[in-house]
Amino acid sequence: MIGGTPEYIVEEGKEYTILNLGPTHPATHGIFQNVLKMDGDIIIESEATIGYIHRAFEKIAEHRPFYQVTPLTDRLNYCSAPINNMGWHMTVEKLIQAEIPKRVEYMRVIIMELARIADHIICNSVIGVDTGALTGFTYLFQAREHIYDIFEELCGARLTTNMGRIGGFERDFSPRAKMLLKNFLENFPKRFDEFSSLLERNRIFLDRVVNAGPITPQMALDYSFTGPNLRAAGVDYDVRVAKPYSSYQDFQFQIPVGTNGDTYDRFMVRQEEIRQSLSIIKQALANMPDGKFFADVPEFYLPPKEDVYTKMEALIWHFKIVMGETDVPKGEVYHAVEGGNGELGYYLVSDGGRAAYRLHFRRPCFIYYQAYPEMIKGSMLSDAILTMSSMNVIAGELDA
Amino acid sequence: MSNEKPNLVEAPAGHAGEGFFATSLDKAVGLARANSIWPLPFATSCCGIEFMATMASHYDLGRFGAERLSFSPRQADLLMVMGTIAKKMAPVLKQVYLQMAEPRWVIAVGACASSGGIFDTYSVLQGIDRVIPVDVYVPGCPPRPEQIIDGITKIQELVKNEPLRRRNSDEYRDLLASYGIE
Amino acid sequence: MEFTNEHITGRIKAQFGDKILFVEEPFELLTITAAADINVELVSFLKNDPELQVIFLTDLCGIHYPENKGEEIGVICHLHSLVHNFRIRLKFFIPEAAPSIRSLVPVFPGANWMERETFDFYGIKFEGHPNLKRVLNVDDMTYHPMLKQYPLEDPTREDKNDTYFGR
Repeated sequence: MIGGTPEYIVEEGKEYTILNLGPTHPATHGIFQNVLKMDGDIIIESEATIGYIHRAFEKIAEHRPFYQVTPLTDRLNYCSAPINNMGWHMTVEKLIQAEIPKRVEYMRVIIMELARIADHIICNSVIGVDTGALTGFTYLFQAREHIYDIFEELCGARLTTNMGRIGGFERDFSPRAKMLLKNFLENFPKRFDEFSSLLERNRIFLDRVVNAGPITPQMALDYSFTGPNLRAAGVDYDVRVAKPYSSYQDFQFQIPVGTNGDTYDRFMVRQEEIRQSLSIIKQALANMPDGKFFADVPEFYLPPKEDVYTKMEALIWHFKIVMGETDVPKGEVYHAVEGGNGELGYYLVSDGGRAAYRLHFRRPCFIYYQAYPEMIKGSMLSDAILTMSSMNVIAGELDA
Repeated sequence: MSNEKPNLVEAPAGHAGEGFFATSLDKAVGLARANSIWPLPFATSCCGIEFMATMASHYDLGRFGAERLSFSPRQADLLMVMGTIAKKMAPVLKQVYLQMAEPRWVIAVGACASSGGIFDTYSVLQGIDRVIPVDVYVPGCPPRPEQIIDGITKIQELVKNEPLRRRNSDEYRDLLASYGIE
Repeated sequence: MEFTNEHITGRIKAQFGDKILFVEEPFELLTITAAADINVELVSFLKNDPELQVIFLTDLCGIHYPENKGEEIGVICHLHSLVHNFRIRLKFFIPEAAPSIRSLVPVFPGANWMERETFDFYGIKFEGHPNLKRVLNVDDMTYHPMLKQYPLEDPTREDKNDTYFGR
């Protein structure tokens, strides 16, 4: 395809331009190729090609023990890696029927909501950048660094966190983590309000995003949309409510929905979700139960590092668990979490072997990006760029 | 802030006198090039997000003279490859490299770009040095922004000390020929 | 009213009878194995039934069991009734020698890329698919990589010498 497309075609006496957008293009934030047939500035037809960073996650997962799959999940939607980690751990916990302490679930909720905020920050600030408003991006990226500071304190990594264990966490929240979390909850709303006031009612911004790339609820359902993109179209489906996991039923929060399903609605749904996430984090911190930060599953929960370094038994267990030598029950599990982009599902088939027999990731990006050519039909090229960035298509999740 | 002394780069070795400064052309050109690199971000996955953080307010790559991102390969000096390059992407990467004008430098950011990383699979290119020559490798999965900045400063060292004739030398021509570039 | 798994199974069995081969409930998720030739009818029955309203295709993927002779390849769909909030999993098995099944795109347009991905990975031919070509891998790939007989590793690596690992 590269370089091989004609520059224009003539049909019924009309001349159409063929424009190759991607695979590497500054405005697409990732590598997707779209070949557009254009009449002037209007897109008549388009074809999306993906797979430019296909990394064969599902094949790797069939060859690696469960713990070695966690780093893969990091690299699905790398903007909100902890959600993917926890989703995977919960899937395995469902398979081994582990009983998870309330404290672990609350800790997970806090981290997953932080990750959701980080994810939505990237998406919304990049929508700003694509409309020419770079300032909001620099404001929010400063705030995002504070989230990464918290992640770093909890697990040592910023972006690809590989956080948690099957059955809980490697350690409890440290005093510094609590302090960072408190600072974040105090300072972030101010920074975020600044960002909101820059864009939410800004005349220039509204002119660019209202009615750009709209989608009807019926079409969104037909194309299996989930997450903020589905909710922006007006369907109130959220996995956290439909099938609560990790004690989400304990928290009071609203599910924002849009009306038009256009870029503005997607932007505003994410804005409101950030506020709701903050409220969930506050509730979880206030009601954090006491107890252990790990479940009683010694066959899957890695022994503490100090013991591994000093005790023979612990070292053996560590080795056995990491190499997948512990007994895994047979069975098949589907577990879904509400990822940054929608329903992130894990379909795990275990035959009792050391690795999964089959692990399929239901990747929300992959499923909803197929509607993109339909959504941009008849719109202008500049709107198509905005539609893409507001759909928050993450290449890692798209191509797996 | 206003009476703070501006941070100037060090002058190369040379002869200074009343109203003049003499040094070799190599060094003067290297100095200018090194501190005004135009990077072309070829961001494909996770490392690209860390690159966004590197460019944004907190880490601010602009401090090193690389403020201006060149999204067009024609005007870029430095190709920054960040993220996994699948075999489907390899010809695109090579084409982008070919479109860049000499002198050009390449930095492979992250484990995937350097060696394929954890993705030793049928679909992933095992390191971009299989299709284009690389000057600096930055390890990490993904590297922290500090590491990316470290890689850029290493590139600056290379740029500063590169003789003007290097790009015309036989060694360089042989290097390109080994990648099938005329 | 309550949508128990028994109730849903009863509705489906009343409609399709002995075409329903197997019913199980791993982790409370109703899983129905049906004959491959009724896949479109079954899915559109679930979608259009005014009572069940299974209007959402969550996921579609393939699986490969080389030991199950005659039905090596499986197509697995996860459906979700957003109205009544229950999930259902459907399985259809087809032989590896002639991996072909009808496409679900007429019922759920969202099945388009999911089926292309499944074709890419397992070589399943979805009849009636509007554009059945590889979606993730390069077009000139000669095999379907997720089939169990194909290796994971990149064949071009020369540095993986087993003697380094004492093998």
